[in-house]
Amino acid sequence: MHPVVKLVVQRVALGLLLLLAASVLIFAGTMILPGDVAQSILGQSATPEALANLRAELGLNEPPVTRYFNWLFGVLQGDLGTALTNGQDIATSMGRRLSNTLFLAFWAAVVAVPLAIFLGLLSVLYRDRWPDKLISAVSLASISIPEFLIGYVLMYFVAVQLGWFSTVAMINDSMSVLEKLNAIALPVAVLTLVVLAHMMRMTRAAILNVMQSAYIETAELKGLSAFRVIFRHAFPNAIAPVVNVVMLNLAYLVVGVVVIEVVFVYPGMGQYLVDHVSKRDVPVVQACGLVFAAVYIGLNMVADIVAILANPRLRHPK
Amino acid sequence: MRGVPVSALIGFFFTAAYFLGAIFAPLVAPYGLAEVVGDVWEPASRTHLLGTDSIGRDLLTRMIYGGRTTIFIATMATLLSFVTGSVLGFLAAVLGGWMDQVMSRLVDLLMSIPTLIFALVVLSVMPVTIPVLIVVMGLLDSTRVYRLARAVAVDINVMDFVEAARLRGEGRGWVIFREILPNALSPLVAEMGLRFIFAVLFVSTLSFLGLGVQPPAADWGGIVKENKDGIVYGIPAALVPAFAIATLAISVNLVADWVLNRTTSLKGGRGG
Amino acid sequence: MADPLLKVRDLKIEATAYPPGEPPQDITIVEGVSFALEKGRVLGLIGESGAGKSTIGLSAMAYGRGGVRITGGEVWVNGRDVLKLGTAGLRRLRGAEVSYVAQSAAAAFNPARKIMDQVIEATIIHGRASRQAAHARAVALFSKLSLPEPETFGDRYPHQVSGGQLQRAMTALALCPEPELVIFDEPTTALDVTTQIDVLAAIKDAIRDTGVAALYITHDLAVVAQVSDDIMVLQGGHQVEYGTAEQIINAPREDYTRALVSVRSIRHEEKQPGGDPVLEVSNVTARYKGTKFDVLHDVSVALDAGQTLAVVGESGSGKSTLARVITGLLPPAHGQIAFAGRRLSPDLAGRTRDDLREVQMIYQMADVAMNPRQTVGTIIGRPLQFYFGHRGAEKRRRVTELLEKIELGTGYIDRYPAELSGGQKQRVCIARALAAEPRMIICDEVTSALDPLVADGILKLLLDLQKIENVAYLFITHDLATVRAIADSIAVMYQGRVVRYGTKSQVLSPPFDDYTDLLLSSVPEMKLGWLEEVIAHRKMESAGH
Repeated sequence: MHPVVKLVVQRVALGLLLLLAASVLIFAGTMILPGDVAQSILGQSATPEALANLRAELGLNEPPVTRYFNWLFGVLQGDLGTALTNGQDIATSMGRRLSNTLFLAFWAAVVAVPLAIFLGLLSVLYRDRWPDKLISAVSLASISIPEFLIGYVLMYFVAVQLGWFSTVAMINDSMSVLEKLNAIALPVAVLTLVVLAHMMRMTRAAILNVMQSAYIETAELKGLSAFRVIFRHAFPNAIAPVVNVVMLNLAYLVVGVVVIEVVFVYPGMGQYLVDHVSKRDVPVVQACGLVFAAVYIGLNMVADIVAILANPRLRHPK
Repeated sequence: MRGVPVSALIGFFFTAAYFLGAIFAPLVAPYGLAEVVGDVWEPASRTHLLGTDSIGRDLLTRMIYGGRTTIFIATMATLLSFVTGSVLGFLAAVLGGWMDQVMSRLVDLLMSIPTLIFALVVLSVMPVTIPVLIVVMGLLDSTRVYRLARAVAVDINVMDFVEAARLRGEGRGWVIFREILPNALSPLVAEMGLRFIFAVLFVSTLSFLGLGVQPPAADWGGIVKENKDGIVYGIPAALVPAFAIATLAISVNLVADWVLNRTTSLKGGRGG
Repeated sequence: MADPLLKVRDLKIEATAYPPGEPPQDITIVEGVSFALEKGRVLGLIGESGAGKSTIGLSAMAYGRGGVRITGGEVWVNGRDVLKLGTAGLRRLRGAEVSYVAQSAAAAFNPARKIMDQVIEATIIHGRASRQAAHARAVALFSKLSLPEPETFGDRYPHQVSGGQLQRAMTALALCPEPELVIFDEPTTALDVTTQIDVLAAIKDAIRDTGVAALYITHDLAVVAQVSDDIMVLQGGHQVEYGTAEQIINAPREDYTRALVSVRSIRHEEKQPGGDPVLEVSNVTARYKGTKFDVLHDVSVALDAGQTLAVVGESGSGKSTLARVITGLLPPAHGQIAFAGRRLSPDLAGRTRDDLREVQMIYQMADVAMNPRQTVGTIIGRPLQFYFGHRGAEKRRRVTELLEKIELGTGYIDRYPAELSGGQKQRVCIARALAAEPRMIICDEVTSALDPLVADGILKLLLDLQKIENVAYLFITHDLATVRAIADSIAVMYQGRVVRYGTKSQVLSPPFDDYTDLLLSSVPEMKLGWLEEVIAHRKMESAGH
């Protein structure tokens, strides 16, 4: 087998293993922690009968390993269980919200990724001059404020003071794509700001790292134009680190979505998760945690696979 | 303080100001924490420098007490994550072998789940109290400290001067505390600044989501939650914590940057 | 008379230094350098590190590396001052009229593109030949430079060929556009000595056959003497002496040049084997954990008290592994090690404190062999305290004595390693080893990271100390000149085996085995025409076989 194929297969297998281990961790995190889950769900004033009923409902009387495997096999068959609070099937309630979240994350990525790469390149070209310094100052500031506050700052100045866009991002099926885009404009802007700073700084570092290599000096000493140096010599070596940066930040974006959805009352996975954490609805929390972990692990895996595929030493073995 | 750049001095000044404000909150704050002293969302005035909040409490007072809670939780969580992470990281680097493997793979696993998501999962079954918050945040964040400490220690551990100490017959204690630690300290201290900022952001986020500090206690994230409904009416009370968090974070960042630069220049003599 | 191809007048080059905790300041790297180079001639630029030789070389392309600025003087190439050329003019100059061969070809080739694309790129971009013609030219150059399978060599990626081959490909890259001037910047420094001679011969042939002019930059006077018509000696950014190669080598005028010419001329009377072995390595075979092949095969050597055994070999010969086995860092798979008649435990953990004290080690890179957070006093004082329990004033007195022994003043006691020069750092490492009052010191390539004159000083110091302290040295090196200077007996290693072993006079006298012959004849000698002699000799030998 070609070594690259072997490495990719290994990386995919590792990803699946990690996901399996993550499911154990999520399950263990909610089930085997100190304290009685039923008690903490119902509170101190719960009657013994109510506690016993809930324990039975949650299957708490069975050993944890059995419960884990029952849960896991359910998940593998697409059965995420039922919510404690309203008795609805989790997979059904989640479906709509997941697609809403992906819709939001997708548009944030569409704006943020090209912008970040462009600004990263810009700050490399104007290294240590004012555009670079301005970009890094702004990004330092935006890293220093939590996502939800960036949300409110934007909401206050753009939606309330200027009257552009809406303060809540409600979408439903009857809206056209344009209406939906108008509704999510502010959350997309916030998410863009949130990931832009990291993505741009990392892109800058990755490109600078390549630009400082000896082979770039060789290219310059060949009398090549700046354009050719960048696109023929720097670019092929910068793809892998930059794609890696993008993937890591998309993984970060998926987490940022959770908070932003709460700020803009957006009907997505994040709000679903936070709501049910407050209500101590353990099955929903587990299911959401697993989905988020899967997306996160998946994106990290893609980042590594791109790095493997782009490495000439691996693609062309001795 | 000669040779310290202006940026680091500014950083020191503001960081110190925030910490002093937190420690002496009852002396500094003009009113009581839960005291209703005015109307709902009064604008800034001479008696209420930042105005009042959603139920008429003095916002400046709330901010000072809130800073106390936020900074206390963030500091404790950072200390916990540092002690746990760096001790385990150093041990993994020096011991190597299966101990290192087991710990490192476990950390990989913990880091494969986004911190916020895992914290939410855990907090869904735990009582949300300040000690629980500190332990959850500290332990989750210690994975990052572990990675850094281990990487730094592994780098130093293969240096010739450590080998020279081993060949001399020095014990493990000398190698860790006299050879590795002095060289690992600066990057770790700089990282501590970044972890502290992260902890401030993290506890604010949890409180904002209603899963952190519980009312009536005040903290910066909670103040946003309490006053967020004012935003749509054009009342900026909820934005005040943004300013506080950002200035604190930037100040700490400036200090951390300086610590890190000082380290690299001390190594000296390279690349000339 | 026509203008020379390259004329440099009163060159001044500056850079900005960033000393820690102080404002940045401008420093002068090169000042008052002038020379001229005619078409088809080779000028050697020689100097130690920091002499400014690479910087001067790159000024012929008006290129400043990493913030270096050419601030004064003129650099004329083909009748125009290149310092006054604009971006477009410079682009036409670089890679067309003037090209560059970097020290590390492994880093200078783009890992993501095939060798051929990179070799012919400048030729095509500058319109010096069509793609087909450039390709044919490159193949011809590969063949001239003795690269394997010249037709298909260029289809490979840089990581798929060896270091020596890549260095030759770099020469092809520079010659392909048929430039008028090539700058060779230490092109053979990173290579093993037996590889260096082939690359050197290939470069020299290529220069002669194409009639190109060259600037040849190196720290090794013996190397530059083989390829240059003229030589300029540089020190600290100033020119010390400038003349024909013959004059510089045979009749140097300046003291500094004389010192460079006579470097490596330390001669040391070989001591007779005394039959009092302090170290006996018997039938040692070793491999690294998790690997499948032996790095050492059945190695047996011995070292007499107060004498020096030089273990010589190229990279990968296993010489440093032997040191790790002796120190106990790598327990051998078979064989044993005896010290002063008693058997040593194979691994470090099983050795007594006295075992450890009696075998000390000095490393190649002095700056990573010392803890940057400890002062010189602490570094040297630790073994005194650890092995002998010296403290306070007594310890300080002993440290002072040791500092005097290594010819460093007592003023250095409170300094940190970063405040010392390369040679001073290595001296402190020697003092640290001596502090343990060992019977044997393992010296692992202790001079190879140092400039030749500094290295000479270290070797002299080691020899003097041996006389006073009666300490034995196990001296690991790839450099035969060092071996001649210091050894009493020699073990030549090749691919993990000792291929030749005996007293210095035995090992260095014919008849030789093939490998020792190759190794000995590859060491550049400080005389003109040495390269031709060796190549002619080798051709005769191979014709004879």
